[in-house]
Amino acid sequence: MTTKRGRVLAGGTDLFLWLKSGKADVDVLVDVSAIEALRTIDVRDDQVVFGAAVTHAEVAAHREIKALFPALADGCRSVGSPQIRNVATLGGNIVSAQPAADSVVPFVALDAQCEIASSSGTRVVPLEELYEGVGKSRVDATKEIITKIIVKRPDGPSANAYSRISPREAMSLPVVNAASLIVTDGKVIVEARIVTAPVATTPFRAKRAEAFLVGKNPSSLGDLAEAASIAQDEARPRDSLVRGSGEYRKILVKDLVEMTLYRAAERLG
Amino acid sequence: MQELNCVVNGKEVTLRVDPTRNLVDVLRRDLKLTGVKVGCEEGECGACTVLFDGKPVNSCIIPVMKAQGRHVITIEGLAQDGELDPIQEAFIEAGAIQCGFCTPGVVLSAKALLDENPDPDKEEICEALSGHLCRCTGYLQFYDALKIAAEKIAARKA
Ligand SMILES: Cc1cc2nc3c(=O)[nH]c(=O)nc-3n(C[C@H](O)[C@H](O)[C@H](O)COP(=O)(O)OP(=O)(O)OC[C@H]3O[C@@H](n4cnc5c(N)ncnc54)[C@H](O)[C@@H]3O)c2cc1C
Ligand code: FES
Ligand code: FES
Repeated sequence: MTTKRGRVLAGGTDLFLWLKSGKADVDVLVDVSAIEALRTIDVRDDQVVFGAAVTHAEVAAHREIKALFPALADGCRSVGSPQIRNVATLGGNIVSAQPAADSVVPFVALDAQCEIASSSGTRVVPLEELYEGVGKSRVDATKEIITKIIVKRPDGPSANAYSRISPREAMSLPVVNAASLIVTDGKVIVEARIVTAPVATTPFRAKRAEAFLVGKNPSSLGDLAEAASIAQDEARPRDSLVRGSGEYRKILVKDLVEMTLYRAAERLG
Repeated sequence: MQELNCVVNGKEVTLRVDPTRNLVDVLRRDLKLTGVKVGCEEGECGACTVLFDGKPVNSCIIPVMKAQGRHVITIEGLAQDGELDPIQEAFIEAGAIQCGFCTPGVVLSAKALLDENPDPDKEEICEALSGHLCRCTGYLQFYDALKIAAEKIAARKA
């Protein structure tokens, strides 16, 4: 018996081009983009559950998501063009595993978890652990499928923001992007998550900057700026012919992290 | 080969197609809808834009079987009974066409926008057309065309 090589297809905005160029090769494509259970956004009191085949356009236009997770809505709104966003999905963005994927960077800041199903069962894994390297996901789309992306709603008052710099607003990949989440106990910051890319083979968590912010007052602009400087120090962007020099992009890391922290602090009110 | 059933420009269509083909190739070769253009074939330029259940998509990166059970509209589907759609008239009046290669796609994105938002501002027009490259007009004429089109459509409804 010969086994056919199958693979999950969602919007096809990445995979169809890989098939054409020979970068991917399959016998069977299993199109999951119309499966109703993968197509909903379920906003609950304690968490929000995104079906993996929800499109970037749907997230960007979702009223409650824009209010709760503006970082994610803004990230999704910057993918490609309207035509791309109308078909490209969250699940595809994750499995394509580009470090600066515009929905993944905010998702990692929001500590998103992925439910992955295969014939041997279901597991839930933090999204940030799914990157093996640039363009390499730990999700094996020939055997398993991401079904849901789950984002817990933080216990205390919290806010998040996203920012991106690219040569033009549409149809261009980010030179640098960043997303931040701040959670407080009503007075001081109890948790911060700061993600920036592409400065490493995966979306990069500026962990020293995050730790620095714990216990600080979110309205202290000096502390937010200091955290951004620490993030700049931690990040190691490489020289890139397409994206710009490492030195230039390191400065952008500071600016963008600072901008997202200021904006998040402003949203805390 | 697989059997594809869909509705193209309001007509039900049944075809046998090789599922590795893209939608634009089937529209152009099998259905002779050559108003749909092919530029980059990588989702970058928007020349191949068609409406898929009312939403603009790049038909060059749509595997053809994704059209199963869907409504597809190409530029050929806009004119009714030999009369141009108000958006098409507006593009002519505003001089928003030069070589015409990008025009079918831009007009369809404009239609999707105006169907949803009959009075878009400049920023909304800019965002809706951001997935189109035009090497001739300089883009500014598109704003004029959409303003004229919005007025024409409002006048028809009144
Ligand atoms: C012109 C153009 C511009 C673009 N611009 C941007 C941009 O600005 N920012 C950005 O981040 N990306 C961009 N992209 C990349 C792409 O659109 C995104 O990565 C998109 O989210 C991929 O989703 P998809 O549904 O099209 O995935 P597909 O192409 O269908 O699949 C991609 C990969 O994921 C696997 N897969 C898909 N869904 C699942 C699932 N549920 N479970 C397991 N595996 C799965 C597939 O097998 C494949 O390996 C662009 C692409 C193009 C063509
Ligand atoms: S030909 Fe499809 S986007 Fe260029
Ligand atoms: S009119 Fe020539 S490309 Fe737009």
